[in-house]
Amino acid sequence: MAKELWKGNEAIAEAAVRAGCKCFFGYPITPQNEIPEYMSMRLPQVGGVFVQSESELAAINMVYGASASGVRAMTSSSSPGVSLKQEGISALSSGELPAVVVNVMRGGPGLGTIQPSQCDYFQATRGGGNGDYRTIVLAPCNIQEAVDMTQEAFDLADIYRMPVMILADGMIGQMMEPIEWHPIPKREVPPKDWAASGRRGRAHSNFITSLRIDAPDCERFNRALEQKYKTIAEKETRWEEKDAEGCEILITAYGTPSRIALSAVEELEAKGVKAGLFRPQTVWPFPSARLAELAAQPSVMAVLVVEMSLGQMLEDVQLAVQGVKPVRFHGRVGGMVPSVEDIAEQAGMILREVR
Amino acid sequence: MKKQITISGFGGQGVMSIGKSLVEAAVAEGLHATWVPSYGPEMRGGTANCEVVLSEEPVGSPVFTYPTELIAMNLPSLHKFEPNVTPGGIIFVNSSIISEKVKRTDVKAVYVPCDTIADELGNKKVANMVMLGAYIAATGALKQETIRQMLIHMFTGPKAKLVDLNMQALERGAACLEG
Repeated sequence: MAKELWKGNEAIAEAAVRAGCKCFFGYPITPQNEIPEYMSMRLPQVGGVFVQSESELAAINMVYGASASGVRAMTSSSSPGVSLKQEGISALSSGELPAVVVNVMRGGPGLGTIQPSQCDYFQATRGGGNGDYRTIVLAPCNIQEAVDMTQEAFDLADIYRMPVMILADGMIGQMMEPIEWHPIPKREVPPKDWAASGRRGRAHSNFITSLRIDAPDCERFNRALEQKYKTIAEKETRWEEKDAEGCEILITAYGTPSRIALSAVEELEAKGVKAGLFRPQTVWPFPSARLAELAAQPSVMAVLVVEMSLGQMLEDVQLAVQGVKPVRFHGRVGGMVPSVEDIAEQAGMILREVR
Repeated sequence: MKKQITISGFGGQGVMSIGKSLVEAAVAEGLHATWVPSYGPEMRGGTANCEVVLSEEPVGSPVFTYPTELIAMNLPSLHKFEPNVTPGGIIFVNSSIISEKVKRTDVKAVYVPCDTIADELGNKKVANMVMLGAYIAATGALKQETIRQMLIHMFTGPKAKLVDLNMQALERGAACLEG
């Protein structure tokens, strides 16, 4: 299959259309503007609907409405805009409605900067909205993966009836890279017999709500969510490794920093250092078990976490490693991107220190 | 083969499109490639740059500190990036608007009067194609024929006459390497 050159944001938008997304609602913000721009051109061609809403809050609630009627719906934004959508993401989780939310992260806090960042990891994996909910969070490291994950996100959202987030960074949104439109594995998706799309002679009405005023009822619902999240953790946790078995320093990173770290691993290996890379592809559920296993190898002397944040995934790594090995951190923030040289140098320093 | 190319100049000089052309041609030749724009709050007339990686292997980091080649379309770009070029690398200087010479002695300097040649060809817009021609000739990283096929694909109908103009620009750029 021929490779095509695509810009990240546009590729994500096209992937959504190919996955059957019929409704897009959003409000402009850099560095993700090419997603709504592309959707405004493309969705009318496939009989879909594009609305540039009056606010992010409106956009996420339009997603709620469209999803409740049974169609595949999506919104995208960047960090400050995704903050505004948190209430709606909590409501989607409670209404058990499928949705795909894309966050092309930029530096924060507040309005911050338009340059790439990963400072919304806590918000994405812990939930920025209220309640005991989770969202599946897929973290692509390049445009091909962003395309594949976006398509699969719609299936995952439908299977588990919940919001799925694509957690990308400004670099993935803005860069160009060749990709292949290869067929992605089709998942079995249950019929949307719950959709509030008209009763049409059915005996019962479908009713979608996020309010469960009766406490025992609300507890039962939370327990059911708990079960769903356990199933997801068992079935949908994903990661990738490069030379992680038998390594001395295990570098852990996701998204753009993981591909920079991959170059650092190659550079270290060329100098004879046994370096390995562990790259979570889902950051919720987090691949804790495999990371713990790798960190516990006798060869591993330290784990180095690299992020474009002050250390957020770092906490998940620490929880997984459980103090069995030293966990160190290298982060750049505010729109700055870590370099291959810095990561390699940090790894070398840590190894000298722990030996 | 792995090339890490920084292309920098004023907004409007076609800096981004030099990078895109390199990446498109690389993909057509079956290479791996990435293109990362600077997307700060730059305006027309401000500085713009992009980072391009061309490689036979899948690209890890799409960003880099030390370019193997620098294409400087204006003076601030030469000043900013000259110190970072890897020893043995090449600095391409748009000598139409940069009168300074490359100070480093451990890199090769190629002077290309992009705007002067473009003016001679009767279209200021092809200045970036002149530079692209020089880059390809100096590095041998890509084939000129690949670019020609891209141009034929890009300019059709009434725009087809632009293929020849752009090819002339490429060839004039390449000729700067002679003598």
